[in-house]
Amino acid sequence: MAKKEEKVLGMDREKFRMFMGKYGIGVILLIMMVFISIMEPAFRSGSNMVNVATQVSINAMIAYGMCLAITTEGIDLSVGAQLALVSCILGQLISNKGWGIIPAIVVAILVSTAWGTINGFLISKFNMFPFVVTLSTQLIIRGLAQVVSGGQAIPITDATFKQIYSAKLGPIPFPILVLILATILMYLVLHWTKFGRYVFAVGDNMQAAIASGVSIIKTKTATYAISGFLAGVAGVIFTAKTASAQSNIGVGYETDAVAACVLGGTSFAGGVTTVPGVLMGIFIIGFIYNGMNLIGIDSYYQSMTKGAVIIGAVLLDMVMNKKNS
Amino acid sequence: MAEEMKKKEEYVLECHGISKAFGGTQALKDVELLVRAGEVHALLGENGAGKSTLMKCIIGLHQQDEGTIQFEGKPYAVKGPVEALNAGISMIHQELNPEPHLSIAETIFLKREDTRGILLNKKAQNERAEEILRKFDFPHSAKTLMKELTLAQMQMVEIIKAVSCNARLIIMDEPTSSLDSEETEHLFRTIRDLKAKGVAIIYISHRMEEIFQICDHVSVFRDGTYVGERSMEGVTRDELISMMVGRKVENVFPKTDCEIGDVVFKVEGLTGKGFENISFEVRKGEILGISGLVGSGRSETMRGIFGMDPITGGKLYLEGKEIKIKKPSQAIKQGICMVNEDRKNFGLALHRSIRENMALPTLPLKQKAPLLNKKQEEKDCLDMGKLLTLKAASIEHEAFSLSGGNQQKVVLAKWLLANPKVLILDEPTRGVDVGAKSEIHSLMCQFAAKGMAVIMISSELPEVMGMSDRILIYHEGKINGEVKREEILSGDEDQESILRRAFGGK
Repeated sequence: MAKKEEKVLGMDREKFRMFMGKYGIGVILLIMMVFISIMEPAFRSGSNMVNVATQVSINAMIAYGMCLAITTEGIDLSVGAQLALVSCILGQLISNKGWGIIPAIVVAILVSTAWGTINGFLISKFNMFPFVVTLSTQLIIRGLAQVVSGGQAIPITDATFKQIYSAKLGPIPFPILVLILATILMYLVLHWTKFGRYVFAVGDNMQAAIASGVSIIKTKTATYAISGFLAGVAGVIFTAKTASAQSNIGVGYETDAVAACVLGGTSFAGGVTTVPGVLMGIFIIGFIYNGMNLIGIDSYYQSMTKGAVIIGAVLLDMVMNKKNS
Repeated sequence: MAEEMKKKEEYVLECHGISKAFGGTQALKDVELLVRAGEVHALLGENGAGKSTLMKCIIGLHQQDEGTIQFEGKPYAVKGPVEALNAGISMIHQELNPEPHLSIAETIFLKREDTRGILLNKKAQNERAEEILRKFDFPHSAKTLMKELTLAQMQMVEIIKAVSCNARLIIMDEPTSSLDSEETEHLFRTIRDLKAKGVAIIYISHRMEEIFQICDHVSVFRDGTYVGERSMEGVTRDELISMMVGRKVENVFPKTDCEIGDVVFKVEGLTGKGFENISFEVRKGEILGISGLVGSGRSETMRGIFGMDPITGGKLYLEGKEIKIKKPSQAIKQGICMVNEDRKNFGLALHRSIRENMALPTLPLKQKAPLLNKKQEEKDCLDMGKLLTLKAASIEHEAFSLSGGNQQKVVLAKWLLANPKVLILDEPTRGVDVGAKSEIHSLMCQFAAKGMAVIMISSELPEVMGMSDRILIYHEGKINGEVKREEILSGDEDQESILRRAFGGK
């Protein structure tokens, strides 16, 4: 019956398990980068790295909001539609109504935050399933976007507005600065504030959180409001990138966000996530797109690869962190 | 005569030299267990002594590293509970996890349904189930859904299922931990019936009285090793406790008399779901015991006071002033805290760290700045850990890595950090090992000595009687009598008289 301790990569099986549990996602990211570098040396160049970081900034905003929602045992499926609504509001206000850029952005983000608040309130006050609530509001928000834009693309020609995507501070484009700022803020919010503690407590054990005096309504409403706010920011960056307001953008964006969260160790059972993990998840998704483009693989295969990588990563995580043994 | 002797020593289950390690920790070291046919065999040991690990080896949830198991004289090795059940061994877990939407019949015949072709034959299955239920005098029909049963009844269904699978050995893990006295009595009758039919039972419990009442032999474990086996006849409680802990436990209840001051908290005519017109008061430095059967409204009253459930009438007074509590956060702010009886569901966020759990209820009180003051928090948690003699490698470890007793200490810590005026403890020592239990008892005395008013609900009569200055006895949602410590010490009141009141007598 006696089992010999197996050795994996020269480590005790147990040690290896703990190492991978903590740093597994980083290891996967590194292996990926090395692999793509070998296949296509251009991948390693500084300009390509800046390029990837700029591209992922949009998904990063959405993923940070998503990781909050998932950590409270929920999900926010409305983010893709929020992107579209924000885009259409910006187009309508800037191009058709002649508003200034700042007020237009403020209004657009306020609207997306309000929708996030509505999601959170419905979920917490009436104890509705987050999946159902955000699936439904997503339809309403997408419809609103079509109403606002009149069903047509509105070009935004304002050069300053386009700068939001293209302006640089030294070698660093503005979206990367937003990404860095959002990462720091999210880290502080989750790990250094009362609200972060409440998010974890509510997600891990809602009953115990209530019994400890935590307000579920406040916590969850704020969670979805933040998700809505971040989706708004993502919408502004996206619209600046395309210089056009369209009601059909952002379709399927929630998938990439969920994928980044899951890769980053966010548990669908709630109560477990880390900001550095999610950030690495975001980059893994980014590298899949970028690497395969560079190598010259068809986009069909990108989608398939993404699916396979997610299942593989989660499977690895399950095997590494077998809880019941 | 010789033949009878031989029969008596016939073992249904023989475990020899079982060892099991998880990573670096040796959970079992060369352990023995011999169970005779038709006996009730107790397993005794502090939490973490290795009882559960051994049971999991027997039902195939773990595979032992070394050692052999023989069942009914034949070598026995199974890969899981289903195989174990087919071989004749069933385990009734402490925390039952029934499928709430299945009927009793469907539960009993799960995975071995009556079929007609590819379709279920519900009628035949229900009839068969009814027949079995009748044998056990079960008060519900086979079509009743599991969610409509009480915990005790769910447990009985599990036992009935085991018997109907022709189990010759049933393992019961803390079967009485959520049962009241009457239900326990009923369980014991069932156990005796099973015994008479030749079914052997392994009985795991922390409740010494029960072991003396129902068991024939006891095997004692300590720190993953096998200490020894004793016959229940001729062994004393003190002897068993010292085998378990390896040291003499002097007094089981360390109740100290401390000065009792003014009334801190008063309840007048409190009414809600499961209790009505409850009035009592509790003073500074007093430990108020609440006794009564499970479901008599004890926990419901306290949950109402703490704002977990709505109350429909009555008034609460704290230090003479009327207060209103609609949710737990209001209670905490006023200085009323409650340790819930259900640690897993209401006590801890198991995947979060000890630190986060401890600090949670007092975040609004102690953390006023936008960012957390983690230094102060760490100091508070470490001090509290020291006070409660919490055994943990670090406060950053997740709560689920702790033993039951240490988890309970974390729950206590989170409320003590709020420095409460009134501390409500609902079954504070449930599922906690002997050592931690007596530590929690001394802590309660320390809190009282500091001027806290302690309200303790307990289903264990010796605990209530040993720890309380005053005992309120609940019967069907009302208070049916009050007993003072002096009356217990003088012998005017005893277990019987309290139990009589709990059953509605005078």
